[in-house]
Amino acid sequence: MHLQLAWRNIWRNPRRTTIITIAVVVGVWSMLVVGALDRGMIDQMVRNAIATLTGDIQIHHDGYRSDPVIENSIADPKDVHNALARHLPEGSFWTARVRVNAIVSNARYSTGVTLVGIDPESEARVSFIKTAVVDGHYLASDDTTGILVGRALVDKFETKVGHKLVLMSQDTEREIASRAFRITGTFRAELEATERQFVFVNKAAAQEMLKAGNGISEVSLFLPDHETVDMVRDKLKASLPPAYEVETWRELLPIITAYLSIMDSWIFIWYLVVFIAMGFGIVNTMLMAVFERIREFGLLTALGMKPWWIIKGVLLEAFFLLIMGMAVGNAFGFASVFILNRTGIDLSALGAGAEYVGLPRVIYPTVYIQDVITANVVVFVLGLLITIYPAAKASRFTPVEALAHI
Amino acid sequence: MSIVECKDVKKAYRQDHLFVQALGGITVTVARGAFVAIAGPSGSGKTTLLNLIGGLDTADSGRITVDEKTVTSMRQSELAVLRLYKIGFVFQSYNLIPVLSALENVEYVMLLQGVPQRERRERACSILDEVGLKEMYHRRPAELSGGQQQRVAVARAIVSNPSIVLADEPTANLDSKTGKELLQLMEKMNEEREITFIFSTHDQMVMDYARRLIILRDGLVTDDRSRDP
Repeated sequence: MHLQLAWRNIWRNPRRTTIITIAVVVGVWSMLVVGALDRGMIDQMVRNAIATLTGDIQIHHDGYRSDPVIENSIADPKDVHNALARHLPEGSFWTARVRVNAIVSNARYSTGVTLVGIDPESEARVSFIKTAVVDGHYLASDDTTGILVGRALVDKFETKVGHKLVLMSQDTEREIASRAFRITGTFRAELEATERQFVFVNKAAAQEMLKAGNGISEVSLFLPDHETVDMVRDKLKASLPPAYEVETWRELLPIITAYLSIMDSWIFIWYLVVFIAMGFGIVNTMLMAVFERIREFGLLTALGMKPWWIIKGVLLEAFFLLIMGMAVGNAFGFASVFILNRTGIDLSALGAGAEYVGLPRVIYPTVYIQDVITANVVVFVLGLLITIYPAAKASRFTPVEALAHI
Repeated sequence: MSIVECKDVKKAYRQDHLFVQALGGITVTVARGAFVAIAGPSGSGKTTLLNLIGGLDTADSGRITVDEKTVTSMRQSELAVLRLYKIGFVFQSYNLIPVLSALENVEYVMLLQGVPQRERRERACSILDEVGLKEMYHRRPAELSGGQQQRVAVARAIVSNPSIVLADEPTANLDSKTGKELLQLMEKMNEEREITFIFSTHDQMVMDYARRLIILRDGLVTDDRSRDP
């Protein structure tokens, strides 16, 4: 009967109950949707970064990361090949690249780029590049004159597939090396900056141009289970000479890693901000409900009801309000996430601003079950905790004062 | 054998910056099974005395015992238990819980006492039948007349067989016919169940029904007389 009484009490004033339920619904909904969008955004940033060229793990020669010149390349990758053969889990892929800063030019324009010499077959299994070609075709293994260029760079250079570009960089003898390539294809990337920054040629062509012999700048690995990166990194590190650096994507992408590390705190702070706004509504509503029924609480005390039972009664009313709001809020939240998962939120309008912070063009929300649990626990537990205040007020009315209340 | 004993009970209230002496030293005893009215003009201390006997308020001095328990030395939690098991209340404005039906209002006291559901239901139905509300079990207070609501209040007060029922102006909001029927009902309960009834009233009809009349004026007993049987 306590449950029935609490349930009926909250419907004494349907308008007020509806308003506070809507407040809880909006609160829970915003917690879920904003949390899912944040998670989706950072997940995409990580996925894009890994798929663009980073991979799960990279191996470099010591010093390459601080000074990425051809002299700091891995002159003979035999040790690396042996270590990879021994320690890579089944289903892993890897590729070797030559990667140096270069200048690309045509008759009208020139700009600084990152020249990436790739093995077309193995690269296709590790990074985005093969699937990103939108015009022309991907590099063939024996094509030593072809170059893949980003759509943005092609537009900037006012050129097209089939036209020539000249690449210029410093070779291993510290001389300026240059070579002409013909555009075989253009690619689109998630970030326009990627399209402007990277150009891809055959690894053999790059090695020849830079007089690098068999030298490579980096090895990039793609693991079937991303959770095993630390374990694989440790094994590779242990089996390679100290002249090699083995780093996971977390070490290679420090900004994203920092972003990830503050994400949990940020989401929790967001939950608290939403809850504080919602909490005032809950306390206010419950206080109004309590003060409207002073006589009744006096009666219950007169009948012999103990203060704790009165507190329990008011908490039960809050329980129903919160459960209703949470149920509807969760339903709306999941429905919104479901719809946004199909349509995404297009940030193209933000243009360079979004690019600057590394945001993907379209954000798709990702629901983390621990976020859903945290949001609901925050609303439910804090909701009940703040209701203790009006409930305690209700329990403190003396019967004589309360029954005399008009 | 007395069920209520008040000895030199005093109570003052602060009203704005003034102390108002509501009871100036009341000494009175009420026998078990009595049907007593406490009458007097407004402000004479009737309701205050009833509140003190019922443990709803605390006396400044003096001693009150109810069913051999000293109310004046009890803690709030002990008073709550005393009210729950030993005392029934009937108020002028009925004070039923508006979201509960007549049956549930009567059951509610037994719920607080921890009476099992089936027994609660049986006893509540039985007492509602007894007060003439057989067809009204599931009506909420707003669907009942004033007289019917006060009958529910009486049923709630006596359903757990208290030692004493304290009724504060129970007929004040009722017309004389309905008030008379209610008094007859309470008299019947008093006789059949031997429950002590103490009324505060300035309704002449209640005074006429009472077998003992205590008159208060300015917080003191000015008259105390019993009606001949």
